[in-house]
Amino acid sequence: MFDRADVTYRYDGSFEGMLCCVFESFARRELPASVAPPDRGQLTFTPEVWIETDPEHARRVFASVSKKISKAAAQLVSDIFLSCMEEKELALIRFLRLGYRYGAAVMDMLADDTVNALYRAQLYLKNESHLTLEFLRFSEIKGVLIAQIEPQNFVLPKIQEHFCARFSGERFLIYDRPHQAILAYQPFEARIFSVEGFELPKAEEEEQLYRDLWQHYYDSIAIKERENPVCRRNHMPKRYWNCMTEFQNLPREARRTLKNREETLLK
Amino acid sequence: MTIFEKLKILADSAKYDVACTSSGVDRVGQPGDLGSAVSCGICHSFAADGRCISLLKVLMTNFCVYDCKYCVNRRSNDTPRAAFTPRELADLTIQFYRRNYIEGLFLSSGILRTPDDTCEKMIETLTILREEYRFQGYIHVKAIPGADSRLIARLGLLGDRMSVNIELPSQDSLKTLAPDKSKTDILKPMGYISGRIQENGADLVKYRHAPRFAPAGQSTQMIVGATPDSDFQILRLTEGLYRKYQLKRVFFSAYIPVVEDSLLPSVTTKPPLLREHRLYQADWLLRFYGFEAKELLDEEHQNFNPVLDPKCNWAVNHLELFPVEINRVSYDMLLRVPGIGVKSARKILKARKVGPLHFEDLKKLGVVLKRAQYFIVCCGKAAQGLRITQDSILRGLLSDKGMAMLPQSYEQLSLFPEQNRLTGEDVRKCLTGQM
Repeated sequence: MFDRADVTYRYDGSFEGMLCCVFESFARRELPASVAPPDRGQLTFTPEVWIETDPEHARRVFASVSKKISKAAAQLVSDIFLSCMEEKELALIRFLRLGYRYGAAVMDMLADDTVNALYRAQLYLKNESHLTLEFLRFSEIKGVLIAQIEPQNFVLPKIQEHFCARFSGERFLIYDRPHQAILAYQPFEARIFSVEGFELPKAEEEEQLYRDLWQHYYDSIAIKERENPVCRRNHMPKRYWNCMTEFQNLPREARRTLKNREETLLK
Repeated sequence: MTIFEKLKILADSAKYDVACTSSGVDRVGQPGDLGSAVSCGICHSFAADGRCISLLKVLMTNFCVYDCKYCVNRRSNDTPRAAFTPRELADLTIQFYRRNYIEGLFLSSGILRTPDDTCEKMIETLTILREEYRFQGYIHVKAIPGADSRLIARLGLLGDRMSVNIELPSQDSLKTLAPDKSKTDILKPMGYISGRIQENGADLVKYRHAPRFAPAGQSTQMIVGATPDSDFQILRLTEGLYRKYQLKRVFFSAYIPVVEDSLLPSVTTKPPLLREHRLYQADWLLRFYGFEAKELLDEEHQNFNPVLDPKCNWAVNHLELFPVEINRVSYDMLLRVPGIGVKSARKILKARKVGPLHFEDLKKLGVVLKRAQYFIVCCGKAAQGLRITQDSILRGLLSDKGMAMLPQSYEQLSLFPEQNRLTGEDVRKCLTGQM
């Protein structure tokens, strides 16, 4: 029924846009060679087609997923949009072709390569979101909690609910550097928006004290006789260390001066 | 004394407590409160020893009236002493929590004057947290053996998880190493807490807003390797604790020699980390895989096989039950196949509904074929080129590390790998756990 077509679909990079590519592919009865958002470079010599985003088409596609496949499949579709999987749009079209054919049973076809790849991408997103909940570190600057993260998937929508419920009385800001986006919250509203070239403000004295206390705690809680760097790296991959307070070691002198200063501060 | 010094001393003395989990309770943050709890638990960091840091784990004080031989904080040890005031500790917890360093507080204490006094100090700290700061994060609190049950009850209402350390696996060991503690002293609060938790469960059915008593349950820990107790004794005790007191977790801690004493292993002994690892593997088998302690070890096999994990060891000794047909076998039996865990077993159940599974499919579902292949068939077929004898299975199952632990004499270079096998004696030794 589907022909492999030598075209590349280009869309505006939005969730609706991605669904419109699905719509287009079914309407034209063709499987494009590639589907790409505007910022991905031209990889092939195939001609390009611009897919206009039509909210009505997007709505129809998304509604059909829950109706003809299942709610879990609709969740999978939304998650895949956030994932950093390569050629995720194309994988999604392949998955939906199977889905419309087999219905809810497609979600059990774990041994199928198409379905399996999507599940893996979803799992990666989930795992990375969870690791972000673990390793994200706030700094208090002028009464606002500020954090920077460097995830590979777009995890901000996934961690929003957790932090908003946990720190409902605080004002906080999470900056996703690779995706150039910010999650900002103040009681009781949250917003995700994109930014360019956001710089973290410098830590104040009291903030520096708590950072130092934490590093201090981190160093003294380890049992020397059990040292196990491989185990630590397995649980806490090194790419997260960049943004973590405990690894931003201060020079020793700086620590000492802080130590002297803290007495006055805590009184 | 500065807060830095206090934190260093009191974290240092608390670090030998194993439990640092923040799991078992779900509490959504409410407007006006600070914090929430997630039932799967969140680890916030991992220390240089690879252990998770989920809670701020400190002692209220490391002054102690007891003189337990294995403990760094015992009365007769010459070590710097410190004590937090309840206010200091509560403030520190809140500031760490707001920065997402921790999931909550793990509060234990040395015994200052009497158990009751100590308990009251802890209650004061937790009350500041829960009532003044309206802190809804996780709190793990140690029940102090010998304290009044009313105080224990108060702690249970403030904390999420309670624990009483059983310390050593047998009454005799306790008598030699912790002369001030007795088995009944330890089991009494444990029994009391488990009774209260059950009672509370019944209350919650009747009144939805009944105050919750230790909603994340109870745990305990014991030291492994300080006394001559065998793995079998430890595992049986563990199983008994799960059954009798409905504990959520039993933790093991490999004994790290901190002091010189004629009753203890010498200071130069390395902590028995592999033994601890095997005990945890067996603990998992008890809790999630439907095994019983007597299946894994018995009177003749008192200790775990160091070269083979407990599940493989069990399977190799029960070859009559294998191979099983992946497309038909029950979930319970799937769980008993080495190389298949809870997650992959569930995936197999799902995936085999839509079509027969083959070996290459299993790999995609996360099955470790290196181990599983000896124990399964797919659609009636065994894995290609597989020789199923006890000898070849053992070879396949042993990790490189395990191989290195076997005596080297049999390892002769040869062009023909078939000739290069374990001797009959090696296999026997392996199976009986002597090696």
